[in-house]
Amino acid sequence: MINWKVILNIAKTHLLTKMKSTVTAALGVTFGIGAYITMAGFMTGLNDLLDGLTLNRTPHIRLYNEIEPSEKQPVSLYAEFENAFNVVRSVKPKQSQKKIHNALPILNYLKANDAVKGVTPQLLAQIFYISGSIELGGTLVGVDITEEARLSNINDYIVEGTPEALRNNANGILLGAGLAEKMSLSVDDRVQVSTVAGTIFPLKIVGIYQSGLAEIDNVQSYVNLKTAQRILGEPENYITDINIKLFNIDQAPAMAIGLQRQFDVKAIDINKANAQFETGSYIRNLITYAVSITLLIVAGFGIYNILNMLIYEKMKDIAILKATGFSGRDVQLIFMSQAMIIGLMGGLLGLLMGFGLSVMIDNAPFETEALPTIKTYPINYNPMYYAIGIVFALISTFIAGYLPANKAKKIDPVKIIRGT
Amino acid sequence: MKLVLETKNINKHFYKPKDFHVLKDISFGIKEGEFASIMGKSGCGKSTLLYILSTMDTDYTGDLYLNDQLITGKPHEELSRIRNKNIGFVFQFHYLLTEFSVLENVMLPAKKLAEKSQAEIEHDAHEKLKMLHIEHLTEQRASRISGGEKQRVAIARALINNPTILMGDEPTGNLDSQNSENVFNIFKRLTEEQRLSLLVVTHDEDFAKRTDRIIEMEDGRIVN
Ligand SMILES: Nc1ncnc2c1ncn2[C@@H]1O[C@H](COP(=O)(O)OP(=O)(O)OP(=O)(O)O)[C@@H](O)[C@H]1O
Ligand SMILES: [Mg+2]
Repeated sequence: MINWKVILNIAKTHLLTKMKSTVTAALGVTFGIGAYITMAGFMTGLNDLLDGLTLNRTPHIRLYNEIEPSEKQPVSLYAEFENAFNVVRSVKPKQSQKKIHNALPILNYLKANDAVKGVTPQLLAQIFYISGSIELGGTLVGVDITEEARLSNINDYIVEGTPEALRNNANGILLGAGLAEKMSLSVDDRVQVSTVAGTIFPLKIVGIYQSGLAEIDNVQSYVNLKTAQRILGEPENYITDINIKLFNIDQAPAMAIGLQRQFDVKAIDINKANAQFETGSYIRNLITYAVSITLLIVAGFGIYNILNMLIYEKMKDIAILKATGFSGRDVQLIFMSQAMIIGLMGGLLGLLMGFGLSVMIDNAPFETEALPTIKTYPINYNPMYYAIGIVFALISTFIAGYLPANKAKKIDPVKIIRGT
Repeated sequence: MKLVLETKNINKHFYKPKDFHVLKDISFGIKEGEFASIMGKSGCGKSTLLYILSTMDTDYTGDLYLNDQLITGKPHEELSRIRNKNIGFVFQFHYLLTEFSVLENVMLPAKKLAEKSQAEIEHDAHEKLKMLHIEHLTEQRASRISGGEKQRVAIARALINNPTILMGDEPTGNLDSQNSENVFNIFKRLTEEQRLSLLVVTHDEDFAKRTDRIIEMEDGRIVN
């Protein structure tokens, strides 16, 4: 039978009379946990930001047509040459359209699929931007802007104007920020675009788009899908890209292979497109945990030291307790409770400190040309890190307290009583 | 009359630094309500014997009985409980928990036993302190009272669970004659009024002569 009230009361008295040591030990834990929370929040915040920068813009699966020579050359269709060794020189791709064949049925098929969160058709066209005497090469992307806004974070990158403004204007364009700067254009100005075939088309700037990646902002702009089709003089089923967002990103590779076979189009999944990002996140996480564990081990040694000292000072008390009927286990629990109280107090304070630092970082200004939507440093407030933090604190203090407490348990009262 | 404490052929050796047979064939008993004292030269093994009788030392051969129950060989947890409930121990040096108040020191063994409510324990503690004429020190920190007072607090603590037997290792060794007289009177009264058994090691001949029985020790043996 364990009498917790008595044990905790003794533990409390020991801690209170040794206030300085207690506070020192607890602060060790506080700094360990605080640093962990701050680093985890900051690092993963940064990860999310960087991932978001590219991954959110990247569809989980992209369908398009690649211009490439056919695998089967006409000669192989002839029965007469079946067993012959055919040599075809200077193979060239067939003059084919960039459009996806049967794009509209594919779109409808995908929309009905349960695994698919959304599908957006796009039309990528090479064009020239003309403003006065300036003529710049670039690409024009025709999109269903409402769906894009729902499925990707394009909204974050529209630095002036709104997606609605584009939707409501059949001749509107969201101009790339780099282009706008080069041509000294701003919202409500006009810009002309010219197709490769030479057709010139006037558009009204309804917004500015800045992705943060200069090679995109200097060439790319968005218009409505219908507008793009009109500029190119193509019908409504002329679509060059189909972007797919899934509910579960892990299904992307398998599904991409299936779609490629099923519809005879090229399908590329997000993992192939952005393999290097996983590695970056992984290494940042590794650093976070390595530093935090190091800090906690240092804090653990602090607790171990202080408890050892305390037990050395309290030898006489331990002997008295044992002589008056407290068992070795009671004594062990008294010192374990002290370790756990230090761990809990220090840990909770560490969570507070981590949260406080996170808020400070979160509010620290962080302005960079490359990231137009970011005004302050990114922080992730995932409660998971707080849970891990307090569990970490308790486990490390448990381990640090166990050895000294076990020593106290084994102290022979007779030896101590004889010693004086 | 009933024996509250009995030993049969208790032998103990110290093996370090060399083999030393410190207790030899100790067999004796203490009756209920008996006030016995142990006398003998310094180093003859009195304290060693007392530590065995108080169940703190388990490294011996022979049998120890408390209330006709064999204690030898019981696990440590159980010995702690027996010590808590049945044995009161007063050391030569007043061993108190210096960070706790006098009252808390006295109450601690009863709280550990947990057979009574907090209020009852507090009431009992006040009773014991009053009986020992130190009730005015109740709230004082144990480190801020005199040696004689500490000894009386230690006695109050030893009595709080109404033990079967109270053992003392030179409980008056550090007290002046007046205080030592005082402690003797308290002991005497406890045996008479509450039929408490007492076993006290002492070097004080006058003290020993007034007890019911003197157990004489010499070189680890009981000689009478
Ligand atoms: N841990 C030990 N290891 C070896 N020998 C010991 C140990 N403890 C005590 N002794 C020896 O055992 C003998 C008995 O010691 P004990 O303390 O029982 O004597 P005592 O009768 O209480 O003496 P005193 O009247 O001075 O208190 C002594 O000779 C002492 O040196
Ligand atoms: Mg002695």
